[in-house]
Amino acid sequence: MSQYLIRRLLVAIPSLLGISVVLFTVLALAPGDPFEELATNPAVPPEVRAALRAKFGLDDPIFVRYFRWLAAMLNGDWGYSFVSRMDVDTLILQRLPTTLVIIGSSQVLALLIALPVGVFAATRPYSVFDQIANTLAFIGFSLPTFFTGILLILIFSIHLEWLPFVYRADIEATGWRWLWEHVRQSIMPIAVLGLFQGAAWTRFVRSAVLDVIRLDYVTTARAKGLPERRVITRHVVRNALIPVVTLVALQMPAVFGGAIVTEQIFRVPGIGSLLISAILANDTPVIMAVTFVFACLVVFFNLLADILYGWLDPRISYR
Amino acid sequence: MEEQELRRLLAAVRTGRLPRRAFLRRMAALGLAAPMAAQLLAFGASAQAQEFAYKPTRRGGGGMLKILYWQGATLLNPHFAVGTKDQDGSRLFYEPLAGWAPDGTLVPILAAEIPSVENGGLAPDGRSVTWKLKRGVKWHDGEPFTADDVVFNWEYVTDPATAAVSIGSYRDVEVDKLDDHTVRVRFQRPTPFWADAFVGARGMIIPKHRFQDYKGERSRDAPTNLHPIGTGAYRFTEFKPGDIVKGELNPDYHMENRPYFDAIEVKGGGDAVSAARAVLQTGEYDYAWNLQVEDDILRRLEAAGRGRVNIVEGGAIEHIQLNNTDPWTEVEGERSSIRTTHPTLSDPAVRKALSLLVDRKSVQEFIYGRTGVATANFLNNPPRFRSPNTSFEFNIARANQILEEAGWRRGRDGIRAKDGRQLKFVFQTSINAPRQKTQAIVKQACQRAGIEVELKSVTASVFFSSDVANPDTYTKFYCDLQMYNTTMPQADPQLFMNQFVSWEVATRENKWQGRNITRWRNEEYDRLFREAEGELDPVKRAALFIRMNDLVVENQVVIPLVARPLVSASARDLRVSLSGWDNTFWNLRDWYRDREA
Repeated sequence: MSQYLIRRLLVAIPSLLGISVVLFTVLALAPGDPFEELATNPAVPPEVRAALRAKFGLDDPIFVRYFRWLAAMLNGDWGYSFVSRMDVDTLILQRLPTTLVIIGSSQVLALLIALPVGVFAATRPYSVFDQIANTLAFIGFSLPTFFTGILLILIFSIHLEWLPFVYRADIEATGWRWLWEHVRQSIMPIAVLGLFQGAAWTRFVRSAVLDVIRLDYVTTARAKGLPERRVITRHVVRNALIPVVTLVALQMPAVFGGAIVTEQIFRVPGIGSLLISAILANDTPVIMAVTFVFACLVVFFNLLADILYGWLDPRISYR
Repeated sequence: MEEQELRRLLAAVRTGRLPRRAFLRRMAALGLAAPMAAQLLAFGASAQAQEFAYKPTRRGGGGMLKILYWQGATLLNPHFAVGTKDQDGSRLFYEPLAGWAPDGTLVPILAAEIPSVENGGLAPDGRSVTWKLKRGVKWHDGEPFTADDVVFNWEYVTDPATAAVSIGSYRDVEVDKLDDHTVRVRFQRPTPFWADAFVGARGMIIPKHRFQDYKGERSRDAPTNLHPIGTGAYRFTEFKPGDIVKGELNPDYHMENRPYFDAIEVKGGGDAVSAARAVLQTGEYDYAWNLQVEDDILRRLEAAGRGRVNIVEGGAIEHIQLNNTDPWTEVEGERSSIRTTHPTLSDPAVRKALSLLVDRKSVQEFIYGRTGVATANFLNNPPRFRSPNTSFEFNIARANQILEEAGWRRGRDGIRAKDGRQLKFVFQTSINAPRQKTQAIVKQACQRAGIEVELKSVTASVFFSSDVANPDTYTKFYCDLQMYNTTMPQADPQLFMNQFVSWEVATRENKWQGRNITRWRNEEYDRLFREAEGELDPVKRAALFIRMNDLVVENQVVIPLVARPLVSASARDLRVSLSGWDNTFWNLRDWYRDREA
């Protein structure tokens, strides 16, 4: 097992290197200049722009810049934001807690919906419950988050005036009030992300359970006289979950991307909104760092999915 | 004319009994040139905005002030701040010697008084200005503010290794300390516009004792870059780039009873429409910045009664540019080269007809509403520079007549032509709903005059970029007509009006960084501009700029459309002091909540 882990980690290194080369080249070749705003401002002499470009090494050839970036990265230096003039890791760490809370809660919400509803619907296929669950799930994943987000704001913030629609990461209150305020402002973004994800997963769980529930060993288990509850939890769900785990694990990094839109709508100061503003400002070191973090997450969650696989399904061995 | 009679008339204008226009007409009848008369009004103080009335009688007690910026501040060192969002973020904590009031006059902030020839601050030869600093001002860390700080800012900015973006305001001056509370700014030649260094957005002053070790190469390592220590009414507490800036009341502020609020928070992110919503409709926030939102929407949101829209006049102008060079012929790989002239737009009759075909009133009425006022002038503000000599008209019949007289005859396809050249134009602008609607209005009117207009819209991020490789940027101007909004960064028109001088023409040689995009060249204009650069008499100088504006309008170098004021929203009980010539927070110390409202 540990040998397998080491091998997988070693394989991850060249793939991450490859990803970084591609990202860096694409960013370097993309049009735009972080100091573009200076060029259109009549009060700023062109020399300032030239001096800044030289200072941040933007005039060097791409491969020189790449190796400089790589060397710095290996030393734990994530780069320096052109726009904010501060270290990129500080910028990312400032945003990380908010992203983790919002995305984490929405994923938990999605699982809490998808698992029971999907399993229950699959055990009673084509019943009224299944029909309703199916329809709702279909609606849920057909509506994009930017639409549901605005819809929720319209209903709960503007008409009912129950919830605030501007997310503030730090609220100056303590104890229960602090918690209450946080819950109030987080409900809508979490619901938007969670329901969207939950709807897609519900359908997936249902079909995975349906696949398993018809197999002979389930019939055998029932024939043995095991209680239905035990058949479902021990025999059906455990096997049906294997593909679901892969899907959930692989979905994790993508959700960081999917949250970009939602973060913009609710002004959640997460990594997604950092990425958007960095792209708009052509702040390449920040774009590079954030996208590289995403790449690392993809590689990491792939590995995690493979390990969970073995834990759920002892037939798979690691060699 | 009797002096008394003149004073009586001025008083009549001031109290609103006599319209400005009527006053100008009466003066003209007396043989007094209109610019002169307008200037009289300015000196007679009728153009002065009402003094902002600050009511609170003690410091603090106002709770929290919540402000929403749809683009949050990304850095807090004023000398690195490029856009207004960063300048505004810095202005929460830092202050300049003086700020620009809404009427384009100066208000002392860290200065004890505004220098003038009378108080000996301004040298009569225009070669220096002496600033007296306010005494008893303290930095947020308790150190006293002195002339050393002011001189240090000049040294800090002018060091090329610092790469400060405010260098343009400082590099041509010398600054000396006369005593602890007096500094002198010396110019290389007589300078009528002396209020650039240490004034307004690029004039904010940073503390010497915090930055002296971080000048030049090391500028980026200064801890105070991220933790500002200023002299402002609010002290820094927290900053997350692009997300939030927070401050608290400064108990040592140098003006009594100020500030009113105990804390301030500026939240960034999102979009303009929802920012307007959060202030006007739900009341979650107290103030929303720069609302580039259609007036229809603003009115609907305002109907909720929770807040109001603030419209502040500035110098920004939405205008159509006419290309003077030929965009369709390549000369040594460069289109719109100054070695060519436009085949059809070079005919004054065509230009005049086009100007008659732009229905500015409808553009204002149906598109911009309160957020764009139809105008005949390119230079609209401050009022002392506004030309009274121009007018605009929408008249299709007259346009047809002018074209007919100039020999442009309608062909079989209904398009006018002369010597085999058809009146067909490509009209480009950035993608933005009001602009596309304006394009359609212009196209329709042109069609009725036998001019075919092909509309083109370019993504804003490409159109306004300085990308040398991209043919669709506004500075390249590779088409016949284009439209956008240009802003006036200061209350003085010198930097604004240089976009028509011949030495600023955008060419491949200067990587299209020249400011003259229409590539219009006119000897008289160049001469007037040179003259204005050295003219010390403010009345004569204003007259020069008015003449420059008239030349631009008469020759249809550009067709001005609507003047675009600054639009923001504030809660109903919040009293804000805003200026179109300075940052949003230029007078933040005076903001308060009127509980009775």
